[in-house]
Amino acid sequence: MEPLFGEFGKGVREIQMAQHNTAQRSSDPIPPPDKIPISLGINGVETTLRVAPWTTLLDALRDHLELTGTKKGCDHGQCGACTVLVDGRRVNSCLTLAVMKDGAQVTTVEGLATKEALHPLQQAFIDHDAFQCGYCTPGQICSAAGLIAEGKAKSPDQIRELMSGNICRCGAYPNIVAAIQQAMGGKS
Amino acid sequence: MTSIDRRSLMQGAAALGAIAGSRAYAENADRTVTMVKQDTTASTPMTNYIGTATSRVDGRAKVTGEAKYAGEFSARGLAHAAVVESAIPNGRISRIDTSAARRVAGVLDVLTHENRPRMADTDKAWKDDVAPEEGSPFRPLYDDRILFSGQPIALVLAEDWETARYAASLVDIEYDKQAFVTDLHKQLDQAFAVKKPEKPHGDADKAFAAAAVRHQAEYFIPTEHHNPMELFASTVTWDGDGKLTVYDKTQGVQNVQRYLCSVFDRKPDDLRVISPYVGGAFGAGLRPQYQVVLATLGALALQRSVRLVLTRQQMYGLGYRPATIERLKLGARADGTLDALSHEAIAVTSQFEEFSRNDTGWAALLYKSANAKYVHKLAKLDLPTSSDMRAPGAATGVYALECAMDELAIALKLDPVELRLRCYSDKDQNEDLPYTSKALRECYSQGADAFGWNARKAEPRSMRDGSDLVGWGMATGVWEALQMPVAVRIGLGANGHAEVFCAASDIGTGTYTIMAQVAADTLGLPIENITIRLGDSTLPQAPVEGGSWMAASTAHAVVATAEEVRGELLALAKKIKDSPLADAKLEDVTLADGRLVSKRDTSRAVSIADVMRQGAVERIEKEKTNTFADDKKHARNTHSAVFAEVKVDEQLGVVRVTRVVSAVAAGRILNAKTAHSQIMGSVVWGIGMALHEETVFDHRFGRIMNANIAEYHVPVNADVHDIKVIFVDEPDSLVNPMGIKGLGEIGIVGVAAAIANAVYHATGKRIRDLPITLDKLQG
Amino acid sequence: MIPFHYARAADVADAVRMISADPSAKFIAGGTNLVDLMKDDVERPSRLIDISRLPLKAIESTADGGLRIGALVPNSDLAYHPLIEQRYPLIASAILAGASAQLRNMASTGGNLLQRTRCAYFYDTVTPCNKREPGSGCSAIGGINRIHAILGASEDCIATHPSDMCVALAALDARVRVTGPTGERTMAFNDFHRLPGNTPQTDTNLQPNEIVTAIELPALGFASNYSYLKIRDRLSYAFALVSIAAALELEGGTIKQARLALGGVAHKPWRNTAAEAALRGQRANAASFARAADLLLRDARGYEHNAFKIELARRGIIRTLTQAAQATPQSQSDKKIR
Repeated sequence: MEPLFGEFGKGVREIQMAQHNTAQRSSDPIPPPDKIPISLGINGVETTLRVAPWTTLLDALRDHLELTGTKKGCDHGQCGACTVLVDGRRVNSCLTLAVMKDGAQVTTVEGLATKEALHPLQQAFIDHDAFQCGYCTPGQICSAAGLIAEGKAKSPDQIRELMSGNICRCGAYPNIVAAIQQAMGGKS
Repeated sequence: MTSIDRRSLMQGAAALGAIAGSRAYAENADRTVTMVKQDTTASTPMTNYIGTATSRVDGRAKVTGEAKYAGEFSARGLAHAAVVESAIPNGRISRIDTSAARRVAGVLDVLTHENRPRMADTDKAWKDDVAPEEGSPFRPLYDDRILFSGQPIALVLAEDWETARYAASLVDIEYDKQAFVTDLHKQLDQAFAVKKPEKPHGDADKAFAAAAVRHQAEYFIPTEHHNPMELFASTVTWDGDGKLTVYDKTQGVQNVQRYLCSVFDRKPDDLRVISPYVGGAFGAGLRPQYQVVLATLGALALQRSVRLVLTRQQMYGLGYRPATIERLKLGARADGTLDALSHEAIAVTSQFEEFSRNDTGWAALLYKSANAKYVHKLAKLDLPTSSDMRAPGAATGVYALECAMDELAIALKLDPVELRLRCYSDKDQNEDLPYTSKALRECYSQGADAFGWNARKAEPRSMRDGSDLVGWGMATGVWEALQMPVAVRIGLGANGHAEVFCAASDIGTGTYTIMAQVAADTLGLPIENITIRLGDSTLPQAPVEGGSWMAASTAHAVVATAEEVRGELLALAKKIKDSPLADAKLEDVTLADGRLVSKRDTSRAVSIADVMRQGAVERIEKEKTNTFADDKKHARNTHSAVFAEVKVDEQLGVVRVTRVVSAVAAGRILNAKTAHSQIMGSVVWGIGMALHEETVFDHRFGRIMNANIAEYHVPVNADVHDIKVIFVDEPDSLVNPMGIKGLGEIGIVGVAAAIANAVYHATGKRIRDLPITLDKLQG
Repeated sequence: MIPFHYARAADVADAVRMISADPSAKFIAGGTNLVDLMKDDVERPSRLIDISRLPLKAIESTADGGLRIGALVPNSDLAYHPLIEQRYPLIASAILAGASAQLRNMASTGGNLLQRTRCAYFYDTVTPCNKREPGSGCSAIGGINRIHAILGASEDCIATHPSDMCVALAALDARVRVTGPTGERTMAFNDFHRLPGNTPQTDTNLQPNEIVTAIELPALGFASNYSYLKIRDRLSYAFALVSIAAALELEGGTIKQARLALGGVAHKPWRNTAAEAALRGQRANAASFARAADLLLRDARGYEHNAFKIELARRGIIRTLTQAAQATPQSQSDKKIR
């Protein structure tokens, strides 16, 4: 078997084929992973679901619960669009296995507003035009909620640094910082 | 259907031909679809909203997560798809074995070129509105040919996404590899010239050789990828009776609709494309992308609804800003005026299509030179076809031009702004046409004032902040001010609520909001009473949202259609017994505060509610296609002046962009808030272009090695500080009646040059190859 | 990602039993590196043993005046803990320079040690990589190697360890406590990570059926004179090209003791005790720092795209030691480099 990129040693190809042949040796169907029942408090609502171990919290929210407010931007913890609060802390839900969070309280963007009003961050984002296409926005807002709860950002520099885990390709950053300052009660 | 190039899109008749195939709508609407040449005496709307800082009308949907994007629409029995990509850049699939993948429980099917449903077999059928004229569009899963690394070569369909992804890893492929080239610098001698509209003047080579002061240099912009935050995705729902609804990430639902009908031989009424929200596109969604073809293939094969979401890695198998070499030669007199200007661009395209834009034609708009020469060459590489990416051609070409002008200013010992003013062109030298308006001088002066440019010390390395070197640089920006025919339908209810329909997209640009503002002002209603419905191929015709043309195009379409509504209301009002508007003419009445009112005597008015109630009409619906008079007598452009401050830690090479001022002349600004955001966001793009962005290839494999959003660097929050945006007053009644020029792209043009020029000013080091990374500054 | 079984360990002994029973199993705590690698099919465990709920989350002073940090303390908790802020601020600074706030909330101390390289060829299963598939070749040598090693590399592998926290732990002479089937042991931090040699597939000296339970810090935290400087291609949320942890014990203007560790330059955090010894007794000035840098970088070797790291490291070492000497540690949020 010719290696895929010939000038290298044994060739990745051969090694991949060896792994692959193990799967191919049998002609039996490959069974699906077992689903495990878990219980999550999603925006205050106790929710039980059955998920395979490989299902991330992000996919559980979007595909199993049809809570599509939380976004998939990279699926590898590199952009922050999937940020939610788990037990009050901001995390990347794309790298969180749902089964590991059995029993946790999860807050998504859908859980921020009350029946009466938008969350102060949501209103501030609208006021300051802290979004354009809107795709990174739920992640930005949940991340900002987490940032405020952490209480470590005391200056615009610190807000910028501590929000750098949320990429905005539309470039709304200065407005995002202004919106967060407004929600914090500082000067807008 | 022939592909439509940019120029013919501007001609109303040709564009209307493209409407063929849009699905008829069902309502009992008194609708008139007419082409109306824009009347220059059309009444200017009231401006309660136009021009103000109105918050986005789709803001609530976006901040609550209610806004749904293409991969978020559900359907009964939805199947999920995953793509298998080619590992090699050129050759053939000699064997593809899907048997292991098929044995995974939950896998429904695996499609390859060997078993896919039928697709069209002519290039013509595959050419969408934006396809290059030359070449054959890429056909996903069509045959065994491999054209680029990352090419989709199999589609796994399963009950859930993780199963599809896992099964995709079990598809086994043997390749018949062929030689390939992915490095522009290795293909330069194969590059061939393409025709561009810019005509040479005089003898640029001779004049350059004889010039008193000469500057000649080569600049380089690497491959860049759009990387919108939303992953490309399509959800195709199987509606029964052969009907499909396609939720797609796209900048043009009707383009996608025509394309899919043509590729899959569907009747136009049987295929509808919907895209109410787009998570950024920046040009990546102008052409239909391969996931919409694959999702449709999947739905046809399974006769079920299918969703396909590409991975971030797979996004690097789509279009991109081509790597471009820009060669500039400027020959000047001692006083700074130009005698010779030569601009050669060499850019990348695929082996199978010739994509190029305008890199070299901007100098003729900006700087007078009796002698000028322009050459644009393409090198074909084993890559996907390059594509439009925010200010295509200008982001690259003007980067080089503005760095070259900066270097010339230094050689001339002239202030960079002063040089621009001395070379200033009051006309488009290519076409020998005056501008509809060009407030670029005001951009220079207002931008310079706001920046504090007067305090600049010309000498490099002469300004410091503690141990940091401070640099101030500037550049000119220029872009097109285009406009397209757009149709809008307005439905006005007796309750004073109006719906506005159009197939246009809002890709983050603010189209929903500006249309609502214009509708509110022209219908005399509060903006809360306006609902805008966009992004549906069954809605009135719109071209792709791109080229910065949508603001002007949709605004005028709303005005034109609102006029029809006003006409209908007046007709009804006249029929009222003892009508206060019995003798009024259409141009004498306006809509304000929910009433139809005489402009001559505002006491003569009837409320919309009364008019419609008395006329026993519950709803007035009008549709109109607005076109623009074809003006061959003027050039139409937007302009800007960008000023940037950098602080450089010279020891380590770390550059911070601490301040940017962008002064923009773009005619009438419809929304102060969203306009500011467009320019500010474009400046962030410029920072990324200058300091961060580069798609990195390993040419031994013909493969992208930073196909993710961690190692492909776009600016993060900490990279961005002060950005000030100024809109220079530029009234313009020639470009179009409302004087709108569009803002989506002007903001990026020149920013990278301003930053590169600032870095030079700070350090005395001229880096011509982007991005300016710290290793390049190490000296 | 291949399908896998999932189970939770009830306690440390249970965790050791479970991993000993299944050689293709892996522990999962924060998951920020492992889940990422599993999605790319670089890691293909057939079983994940969830250790995230084990009682390894305490931070407590030890009898000798040091500190014991449970392996499951999240990175952010560690960075903001009062005992760390007061006594070992170098660690706090290093942690806060890394990743993002979200990832720091998720990642565990133990997991931070065990994270794998960011080499693009390691991640891309199409390209040859000796670390991922021994014997297949190293694509980085002769390829795109901007972020790769300049010290301690081999013909088989030039990958770097991407952690920031580990650089600080290396500088402070931390120890790693692990538990396996035969009981507990500790390792000097410098002995935890390996050089690639001809076995690049093995990142650490943790045995296959051992679990990291704690990090132990000695009493000396260099809280008065320290700095962590991270130099990268954008101002945040990016891995280091070069990072430097510097710590000094000063008497007047003379160095009593010095610690110097580099990140982004080797398969493990790079310490050179000869360079540190050379600083002892010297004045805390640029000339001394330059000599130490030259010693530390004497055997540095660059490749086509990363040779710039040698001079960058040299300048970075001098700068960071200067910051430490002046007690002006680099702020991770003020992007001006002092």
